Amino acid sequence: MAALIRCEDLWKIYRLGDVEVQALRGLNLSIASGEFVAIMGSSGSGKSTLMNILGCLDQPTRGRYWLNDVDAAGLRADQLADIRNRQIGFVFQNFNLIPRTSALENAQLPLFYRGVSLREQRALATAALCRVGLQGREGHYPTQLSGGQQQRVAIARALVTEPSLLLADEPTGNLDTESSREIMAILDQLNKEQGITIILVTHETDIAAYAEREIVIKDGRVLTDRHTRLAVPLSRPEV
Amino acid sequence: MPAFLLFTVLTAIRILSRNRLRAGLTMLGIVIGVGAVIAMVSIGEGAKAAVAKRVATMGTNVIMVLPGSMTTSGVRGGQGGAVTLTISDGMELKKRIPMLSEVGWGKRDTMQIINGNKNWSGLVNGISPSYLTIRDWSFSSGGAFTQQDVDTADRVALVGQTVVENLFDVGEEPVGAVIRIKNVPFRVIGVLSPKGQSSQGSDQDDIIFIPFSTAERKVFGTQFLGSVGALFASTERLEDLTPAAAQIRDVIRTRHRLQPDQEDDFTIRTQVDIGKVQESTSETLTVMLFAIASVSLLVGGIGIMNILLVSVTERTREIGVRMAVGAKRRHIVMQFLIEAVTLSVVGGCLGILVGILGARVTTAIAGWPTIISAETVMAAFVFSIAVGLFFGLYPANKASRLNPIDALRYE
Repeated sequence: MAALIRCEDLWKIYRLGDVEVQALRGLNLSIASGEFVAIMGSSGSGKSTLMNILGCLDQPTRGRYWLNDVDAAGLRADQLADIRNRQIGFVFQNFNLIPRTSALENAQLPLFYRGVSLREQRALATAALCRVGLQGREGHYPTQLSGGQQQRVAIARALVTEPSLLLADEPTGNLDTESSREIMAILDQLNKEQGITIILVTHETDIAAYAEREIVIKDGRVLTDRHTRLAVPLSRPEV
Repeated sequence: MPAFLLFTVLTAIRILSRNRLRAGLTMLGIVIGVGAVIAMVSIGEGAKAAVAKRVATMGTNVIMVLPGSMTTSGVRGGQGGAVTLTISDGMELKKRIPMLSEVGWGKRDTMQIINGNKNWSGLVNGISPSYLTIRDWSFSSGGAFTQQDVDTADRVALVGQTVVENLFDVGEEPVGAVIRIKNVPFRVIGVLSPKGQSSQGSDQDDIIFIPFSTAERKVFGTQFLGSVGALFASTERLEDLTPAAAQIRDVIRTRHRLQPDQEDDFTIRTQVDIGKVQESTSETLTVMLFAIASVSLLVGGIGIMNILLVSVTERTREIGVRMAVGAKRRHIVMQFLIEAVTLSVVGGCLGILVGILGARVTTAIAGWPTIISAETVMAAFVFSIAVGLFFGLYPANKASRLNPIDALRYE
């Protein structure tokens, strides 16, 4: 399979006053299209920095990042926005839905910025909500939905543009076990049935176990990178 | 793009209606500012129209020539102090300047007038018949005297409405009655239609017209036969007024044998000049009004900017999310600009309503004439858009420059 993501010698250096923080130190990584990858690591390991760069929210200080054979390092802010809009879907730990805005309109948001007609926005967003099992809740506001449901709206928002890459940053961090299982089942299904590449950041091993490949980051470099082989984890979390 | 705009406007309205009290208070500055402007402009325009109406009662395209001051042994007399203008000056003007449609003259004095047991001190004008045409006087009953009356110095009089009210009983017919001016009996042959106040504020209807020759010989008495109090002329077209005034000056200077270094011994005033003097008063008012308006709109605009800055801070995470899903800088700028403009336009529209209401109330209570023109309303509307754009620009720009990562993490 073609490499969807290719990182070569990625460096990210922050300057906090006089102190220089090297968040990434020459990281190399390659992820093929259709993979389900879990990225693990302690806080301060550089995994958040890596996710920001992979998500085109940030630029590396040095090194190369190819997404779909496009070198994203050195693109302008508007070009990065375009890539985020067309190729990447985000799922955050705290859902990040727009408050006092219906589930449907939250799911429409990326299409809105793409300039799709209002009717098409509605149709695609309704379909995306349906895919995550939220049919009938289009008009609900985030406050009227449970945490699991809110996260499903966020997944629908990420899916609505048919992205090639879905970045999930601790997607179950704020959810109970039951909801976590539901969310992971949806992600798993998206990966298996629709071939969407998923990169999952987590520090819970049972959540990471859903992935087929586990990458551990430490001190800004890849520490271990192993295929867990089994598509279905041995120990599903108990209810 | 239109779909994007429409949706952004709808979003802005919804976001603003989430916090109605705040939006309302923010708008208040604009409402008061625009309301004040609309009310003040309508009062100003009303006053201007009233002045224009008064200037129009002078007649149509009128030029006045007044005698100048006379200097005797270095002592300068006041204006009109000299007896420098004559009937022959007037006749020469008529002959030499074809642009002038009418030339007339008059001479005035306050005299005691008696009718039966009533008497009244009125302004008596000895005039040429053309004067009535120049000043656009018309009659409510009876009619004017003719050149023949002037030639034979007939004792006939035309009376104004105020004079009628003071000299005649209600229901008494003035036309045909005989009144006495300085003990000389005159037959009233016409009652003039009322004109109201002049542009200087005097009552134009407190007046009596008699033939010039009669006034000169039988009522006023005069040192120099043929000297006039003022010459009057009119032109067919408004644009001829100023060139005609210049020609009049040349003709009279020549007749008076004035050397180039000598000052005019007369003064020329056209209706345009008089209108300008009146307008300059209302222009002062307008300047003051704009000062007030700009201050209140400035305050209103700063209010909008302040509330938007608060909003940008409150909604930092939302901005981050929008950027993460692909909003470009211009999308974020547009969103906040449209919110600012929505605030200012809604405020502006409310202000227009308040202003119209204020003008109505002013007319009802103070009785001042007010005029609300479409131009004023349009200008207020456009201006409120401009205020929104101007004061929204800084917060919008600030929002769009947020770093998506920091914005997403903002608590």
